[in-house]
This record gives sequence, structure tokens and C-alpha cells, in this order.
Amino acid sequence: MSVLPEPTAAPEREPVISIRGLQKSFGALSVLRDVDLEVRTEENLVVLGRSGSGKSVLIKIMVGLLQADAGEVVILGQSLVGLQRRPLDALRRRIGFSFQSSALYDSMSVGENLAFPLRMNMTDLRASEVNDRVRESLDEVGLVDSIGKMPSELSGGQRKRVGIARTLILRPEIMLYDEPTAGLDPVTSAEINELIRKVQTDYNTAAIIITHDLSCARATGDRVAMLLEGRVYRSGTFDEVFDTRDPLVTGFYDYNFIRESTP
Amino acid sequence: MGAHDEVGRTVISTSIDRLALGVHDGAAFVGRFFKEVARPPYHLREIIHQCYEVGYRTLPLITLTGLITGIVFTKQSRPSLAAFGATSWLPSLITIALIRSLAPLITALICAGKVGSSIGAELGSMKVTEQVEAMEVSAINPFKYLVVTRTLATTLMVPALTLYCGVVGLFGSFLNVRGNEAASLASFLKSGFSTIGFLDLGSSVVKAAVYGFSVGIIACYHGLRATSGTQGVGRAATASVVMSMFVIFVEEVLIVQVNVWLRGYGL
Ligand SMILES: Nc1ncnc2c1ncn2[C@@H]1O[C@H](COP(=O)(O)OP(=O)(O)OP(=O)(O)O)[C@@H](O)[C@H]1O
Ligand SMILES: [Mg+2]
Repeated sequence: MSVLPEPTAAPEREPVISIRGLQKSFGALSVLRDVDLEVRTEENLVVLGRSGSGKSVLIKIMVGLLQADAGEVVILGQSLVGLQRRPLDALRRRIGFSFQSSALYDSMSVGENLAFPLRMNMTDLRASEVNDRVRESLDEVGLVDSIGKMPSELSGGQRKRVGIARTLILRPEIMLYDEPTAGLDPVTSAEINELIRKVQTDYNTAAIIITHDLSCARATGDRVAMLLEGRVYRSGTFDEVFDTRDPLVTGFYDYNFIRESTP
Repeated sequence: MGAHDEVGRTVISTSIDRLALGVHDGAAFVGRFFKEVARPPYHLREIIHQCYEVGYRTLPLITLTGLITGIVFTKQSRPSLAAFGATSWLPSLITIALIRSLAPLITALICAGKVGSSIGAELGSMKVTEQVEAMEVSAINPFKYLVVTRTLATTLMVPALTLYCGVVGLFGSFLNVRGNEAASLASFLKSGFSTIGFLDLGSSVVKAAVYGFSVGIIACYHGLRATSGTQGVGRAATASVVMSMFVIFVEEVLIVQVNVWLRGYGL
């Protein structure tokens, strides 16, 4: 296992997410064996890994959708172990979670999708304020015109963006993106990558971006961690991680490179 | 033979285990409903919306079924009563049958079919497309927002629809009686309601509320347990209908027993 030293140029910032010795299995299937991760203020960390390596499981544990078997997960100074519903909900309001499947409420229009979490969490907000914030969020992702559309009328890329807008509406301090570019064409992917960077600067968020798309990793990540067999196999900047002859790493790189250059 | 026995025993014991597990899960789900129903937020808007959905989905079918049941039941009962020269008892016979058992049962079964399947499918598809998890990560309690509201809606609406079904059924019966015995509406109602007491009406409403609760909670339970894609959604919808119909019949038998005891105490 080769963990590279942190880049010396980056200033030391306090961690907003810190994970130690995380383990999770489903029955006999051991998915996460011993994961250590750290994300600092306003930093984008990309987690790379093959399909089924437990990337989705990892971030679902961070918002309490799944329970860890062992290990420590501290987010914004709060340990998730044994956290009650109320403080967990308070923490969840500070975290934006963009689902792999977008997970838009398909019985609601785009505008209602955004207004719903706002109305539920800030009951004292006036209708006009809700409306303003819905528009502001949609404006951030460039989809104000779609406010009245139903999710079924949107393309995959648009759905992803609405999903991101919906998480932005509660003004999160941390963003968790599950495969933001999966299933999108390269041009749309590039737009999503840009959006992720824009969210980082506009909202000063720290983020974890789960992906197996290397161009997404390069474009959005300040740091990259590679998940392999339930552990962080390698981490560092994108170039540091892939500057190696290790076949387990280069295999991943080549595979994606070939896939990208063949339309 | 020993091995054969062993296999047989394993099969039986795993199915008993599964049944016990199902009962335990179901009881925990019902328990959670009563724990969460009393706590704010109440999501009144969603409850009203769901009540409207229940009524909107079932009203045409209940109207039609109630009316036809009233007409046909009257028509079929007439010859037997006529044999004793007792056709004047028709209104009271029909009223008792409709109010005590037909209206609650018809309404509950229609709701199990139409509302149960649609709630099962709706929550099932929300579950498999991660919409339920999306609520959870936005700090919205899906049990409160989805399960409590829908179950309350069915619990309130099935009794209301039962009364409506009774009224429509009586009207159907009256149409038939007027055609044959030339009775006026006033005399029809007067003789009909002379035999029916507060216990009949009250127990019908309570019974309907129990059926409504069962339809709602069972559909939500199956919906939220849906797994693995579109197939799982279909399974959740079907399971909701089958299970709630079964439970309704079991409850009917139990409630009739309780009613008989109550009457025995002269209530
Ligand atoms: N709730 C669950 N119950 C049982 N097994 C699960 C559950 N969630 C995930 N798994 C299993 O854990 C493993 C990792 O799943 P996960 O969804 O995290 O993969 P992933 O890295 O996100 O893959 P992908 O790139 O395809 O999204 C898989 O083998 C999956 O079957
Ligand atoms: Mg995944």
C-alpha cells in the first residue's frame, strides 16, 4: 500500500470530514474493510473505485443512510456513531447529497422538487422567499426555464443538475456527489464538472466526489483517493496518484482512457 | 429417510421463522405509526391531498357497486319474503344487510384494490428510485410524510365512503322497491331505519375505520419494503392488495364476534 505524502504547497486546513478505520459488510460480503479519509475546508476530494467497490456505501454511511459496522466518522465536528435522529437531521441539513440516480421526486415539478425540502425544513419562510430561493438555486445550475417542467421531461444531465440545485437550496457546507457524470456524454459531463467547481467557489463547500470517470476526477478534484478492496489504496493529487507503474492503478487509467477516446 | 426428514424440518422451520419475522416487522411498523402520529409536524396539507386521492380514485366504482348491490340484493330477496307475504320487510332487511356488513365490506375491498395497489406502487417506486432516501437526507422523515399521512387518509376516508356507499345502496334498493311495491321514499326510509340502532351505525363506522387503517398501513409497509427495480414495485402493489383483502376478512370475522358479544350484554 502506497500512500503518498500530502502536497506541501497546500496550506493546512482543518478537516470537515474525518473517517478512521471504517468497516462495513453485508452478510458475508465485506465491502469496506478499513477506510481512512480526510476532507478539509473548501476541498474537493475525489474517490475513485471500480463498480461495486463500495463507493456509494461509503457516502451513504456519511449521511446515516447506512450504519457502519466499525470505525469512526466525524463530520463537521460531530461523530456519527450512535447519533440520535434529531442531531442527525440537523447535520443532514448542512450536507448536500447528490444521488447517483438524481432521485428527483417524480410526482412534483422541478420547482416543487426544490421548494419541498425548503418548506419542510424552514417552516417560517414566506412563499415569496421560497420562490426566490428556488429561482436562485436553479439559476446556479442554469435551469431557471425548466422550473415548471416535470422530471420525466428532463434529460439525464438536466436531472443531475436539478438534483444538485435541490441540495444547494439548503445552503450546505459539504457536498457529496455520487457519480455526477455517470451515463452522460463528454460535453454534458464537462458541464457538470464545471458546475461542481462553481458550487465549490460560490458556496465555499467541501466535497466528496465519487466517480470512476477520470476526466471528472481530474477536473473536479483537489485530491484523489483510490478505493481498492475496501481500503484507500493510493491518495494524493491526480498526477501523483497516476504517476506510477503499479498495474492496479495504470489498468484503471488505461481502461478509462480507451473508453473516452472511442465514441 | 433421516435426511428427508431433516430437509422437511428445515423447510418448515425456515418458513415459520420467516412468518415470525414478518409478523414482528409488521408489528414494529404499526407500533411506529402510533408513535409518530402524535408528534408534530402533522403535514395537514398532505393528509388532505391524500384524502382527496382516496375519494377521487374510488368514488365512481363505489357509486356503481353500491347502487347495483342495492338493486340486485332487493330483487333477489323479494321472492323469499313474498313466500311468507312479508315483502313489507324488504326495506328493513336491506338496510340491516347494507349498513351492518355490505357497505363496509364493499367499500373496504374496493379501497384495498384501488388505493392499496396505488399506494404500494407509489411508495415502492419511490423506494427503488431512492426518492425515500432523498427525503431522509434532506432531514424529512419519510415515515411521517408518506406513511402517517396516507394511513390517516385511508382511516378517515373508508368510513366516510362506507356511509356514502350505504346511502347509494339504499337508494338503489328504493328504486327497485318503488318499481314493485310503489312505496314512497319516506315510508321506505322509515321502515328501513326502524330496525337499525346506534350500535349498528357506530360499529359500521368503527369497522370501516379499522379496514381503512389496514389498507393504508399494509400498502405503505409493502411499498417501503420494495426492492430491486420495477419488478419489486409490481410485487409491492400486488402484495398490498392480497394482504389487505385477507386482513379485512379476518377482521370482519373478529368484529362480528365482538358485536355478537356486545349484543349479548344488551347493548
Ligand atoms: N443495502 C445493501 N444491502 C446489501 N448489499 C448492498 C447494499 N448496498 C450495497 N450493497 C453491496 O455493496 C457492494 C458495493 O455497492 P456500492 O453501491 O457501494 O458500489 P459502487 O462502488 O457505488 O458501485 P457503482 O459504481 O456501480 O455505483 C455491492 O456489491 C452491493 O451489492
Ligand atoms: Mg454507486
